[in-house]
Amino acid sequence: MADPLFENTGSESRPTVAFALVAIGLATMLYGSYVGLFVAPPEKFMGEVYRILFVHVPTAWNALLALTFAFASALMFLFKGDWRWDARLEAGIEFGVVLSFLLCCQGAIWAKPTWGVWWDWDPRLTTTAVLLAAFLGILALRKFVDDPVKRATWSSVATVIAYVDVPIVYFSVKWWNSLHQMQSNPNTVSPEFHLPLRMNAIGLLLLLIGLITLRTRIAKMRLREELAPPLPAPSAAVDYATGGGR
Amino acid sequence: MRQLVAAIRKEMLLQWRTRAQIAAIFIFGATAMLLFSFAIGPNSSALRLHAPGFLWLGLLLSSTLALSESFQLETEQKGLEGLLLLPSSPRALYYAKAIANLVQLSILGAALIPVMIVLYDVAVTWNLLWVCGVIVLGSAGLSAPGTIYSAMASQARAKQTLLPLLLFPLVVPVLLASVKATSLLIEGDPMGQLRSWVTLVTSFDLIYWSLCGLVFGRVVED
Repeated sequence: MADPLFENTGSESRPTVAFALVAIGLATMLYGSYVGLFVAPPEKFMGEVYRILFVHVPTAWNALLALTFAFASALMFLFKGDWRWDARLEAGIEFGVVLSFLLCCQGAIWAKPTWGVWWDWDPRLTTTAVLLAAFLGILALRKFVDDPVKRATWSSVATVIAYVDVPIVYFSVKWWNSLHQMQSNPNTVSPEFHLPLRMNAIGLLLLLIGLITLRTRIAKMRLREELAPPLPAPSAAVDYATGGGR
Repeated sequence: MRQLVAAIRKEMLLQWRTRAQIAAIFIFGATAMLLFSFAIGPNSSALRLHAPGFLWLGLLLSSTLALSESFQLETEQKGLEGLLLLPSSPRALYYAKAIANLVQLSILGAALIPVMIVLYDVAVTWNLLWVCGVIVLGSAGLSAPGTIYSAMASQARAKQTLLPLLLFPLVVPVLLASVKATSLLIEGDPMGQLRSWVTLVTSFDLIYWSLCGLVFGRVVED
């Protein structure tokens, strides 16, 4: 049976759904950000500074989702050996890293006026930074290994090892130091804040799904080239054409 | 079990034959600890306060040198492929390597304790055996993932950069717990926190010694 990686499906030749998801995601985020910036009232204690939560919290949720998707893809590749999961792993890690980096930047921007420092060693902030460093290391591993089989297996193993570390890092830093805002839930967040928060979270999720689909497509194309059997040498081709092969 | 014992014997023999390298790594660790003092300045109370952290940073930095050499001999002349052709489990190979690294790092950590005492003027009023126990637990946390990453890095490009890039973020809990446990042993533990930190590093060891043993076969066989 042919490898599913080499099967060309209709959705792959025209990634209309992915582009549509990106467009809907961007539009939803635009509307959510408009409501968050101009319609939602100022927060009782933090004033205007709190508005960053409308992008910060959705970024946090989606960063964790992207890395969880990468972890699931790593497990699927290790168990099934299907190359499509390696392409998904690559996309998941890349977007997880981008979102984690944005999360650290947004956290620092929010921390300066709120806590008076750009960076504090609170569990969630530190765990995100460690997560970012760990997955950047895995991206470096993928760049430094040329053999696609080794690259896929090693990065899957490294992803599983790094993902298992996340709760341990969180609890170790929590015991070490704690300052972050207590975790919020719909009961602790004012109803006026629900709409922009949910719109941005859903918008970013749709954008993420669309971008992961497009990035997976690019990774699959590269894998097809890497895994394709080498073409016969030009001289041999001439020999076959003229019937003069050895 | 016989395979594991034979593999450990082979690893320990290799360690013994390359003992000059362990001495060089110790000198590197001691030099790093000397340099940390220059970062703080000649303030003896500040140096004493940060002594456990410097000890563990010295050991962590040295560990990258020790671990990166771990698969060097096997990758040269395709020795690893030869080992995999033997009727032995890759798991035995992994645990033998990890145990050899654990022994090497523990000896290195124990050898860095006198350096810490001398450079940072740490009063010896504590039980040396307990501190050595924490060093063994922390070294186990470094060697379990370090061995598997070393197997990957030894066959990749930029191997010297790759190993610390993969290992350092992962071992943050080990570093935190080991520094805190060493600090509590040296400075006293009035709040009874030592047990929590030792439990944390032990849990990390148990998780990663099991997980890395399970996945090592995939790393070397593919």
